[in-house]
Amino acid sequence: MLARPGLPSFDYIRASTAQEVVRLLKEHGEGARLMMGGTDLLVRMRQGDVRPKIVVDVKHLPGMSEILYEEGAGLTIGAAATMNQVAKHPAVRAHYPLLAEAANSVASYQVRNRATVGGNLCNASPCADTTPAILALEGRLVLYGPNGERELPAKEFFLGPGQTALQPGEFLTAMRFPQLPSGSAGKYLKLGRSKAGDLSLVGVAIFGFPDETTSSGYRFRIVLGSVAPVVLRALEAEQVLASQPPGDETFALAAQRAMEAATPIDDVRGSAVYQKAMVRTLTLRGLRDVWEQLAGRKE
Amino acid sequence: MTAHSITVTVNGKREYLTIPSHMTLLRMLREKLGLTGTKNGCEAGECGACTVLVDGEPVNSCMMLAVEADNREVTTIEGMTDDEGGLTRLQQAFAEHNAVQCGFCTPGMLASARALLDRNPHPSEGEIREALVGNLCRCTGYLRIIKAVQAAAEKGEA
Repeated sequence: MLARPGLPSFDYIRASTAQEVVRLLKEHGEGARLMMGGTDLLVRMRQGDVRPKIVVDVKHLPGMSEILYEEGAGLTIGAAATMNQVAKHPAVRAHYPLLAEAANSVASYQVRNRATVGGNLCNASPCADTTPAILALEGRLVLYGPNGERELPAKEFFLGPGQTALQPGEFLTAMRFPQLPSGSAGKYLKLGRSKAGDLSLVGVAIFGFPDETTSSGYRFRIVLGSVAPVVLRALEAEQVLASQPPGDETFALAAQRAMEAATPIDDVRGSAVYQKAMVRTLTLRGLRDVWEQLAGRKE
Repeated sequence: MTAHSITVTVNGKREYLTIPSHMTLLRMLREKLGLTGTKNGCEAGECGACTVLVDGEPVNSCMMLAVEADNREVTTIEGMTDDEGGLTRLQQAFAEHNAVQCGFCTPGMLASARALLDRNPHPSEGEIREALVGNLCRCTGYLRIIKAVQAAAEKGEA
């Protein structure tokens, strides 16, 4: 066998309370890493990118893997809920299908049995597949730290590649989503090098709903993944859709604006020029799809 | 370095093991229990050669710590048999359709395929392809594997 060194040694601690996690993070600082599914952490440890002295398993904290939906109050997903848990959950599928779709697009089935939505967010990768959906649905993140709990809009969480607003000693415990406007529709389009299983080259989440306060009568949110240092809202494109009547011409202009908002770099998976062009293509496709859903719902 | 005492059921047999924190489930199976049917491929969650069933669900055993398997049920290829200890219908279908060439991917492929048929007894071709996306095969070109899973599904038993 081409022997790899395997995992470097560390101490595994299964945390049972949030206070214990905060204490361990304070005590060990950079020497401690939190683990849920381990699908990212263990790979990075093998590569030698991170060398924690202790690995704190936080997925068994109370509520950490729970998914709760209450009509009116909305949806709460524990940070350690797995991709498959989210993708299969009846309430998520019924009321937040965009989120189920995004969770289901990650890697492979067996990875989705371990990988968690919370872990996906905390890695703050620009190509994280669940982030565009979470931003499009205006999710909020519940963080627990030395001063107790606080809530943060998801869009304020991502500061750069791998960089989050988490303070020392703080960690993510849950994601919260408001009840969605009635008659809303969403779509996540992901382009990888293969139809499934790959990291995204471009990810586009589109969410739309009727809104009497706009001149078009609709509001759309467009979120782009993999094409900037952080996952980003295409606000100029959204503005086009709020002010002009829905239809092919408007969608084409919005897709153009989305493309202009993207600032991808050339990398091993694709050139910047290609990624930009694909932002336009996927945005256009997504808008047509969401519009079809919205029009169908209206009748 | 912390040692952990765990109780894990592997292929129906209860095992009491002492393992270090950094031992993966894959290493535990291969090196502590001698169950070398589960293969070590990429160690990065890409190839799926190490796929086993944990409480009936497929996971990459290279990306799960052995200590996390405490009080869980693990099924490896060694434990995937029919009631008499012979080949399952799914395994027979793999043999009949020449879905095995070098065989390195087969244990993981069978774990994923079996889990698919357990949750979806009559998958479409697209669903089979999607379910096996995390299992790479460098020999067969996949077509025979897909045919084998379809054939097993038609016979109505994993």
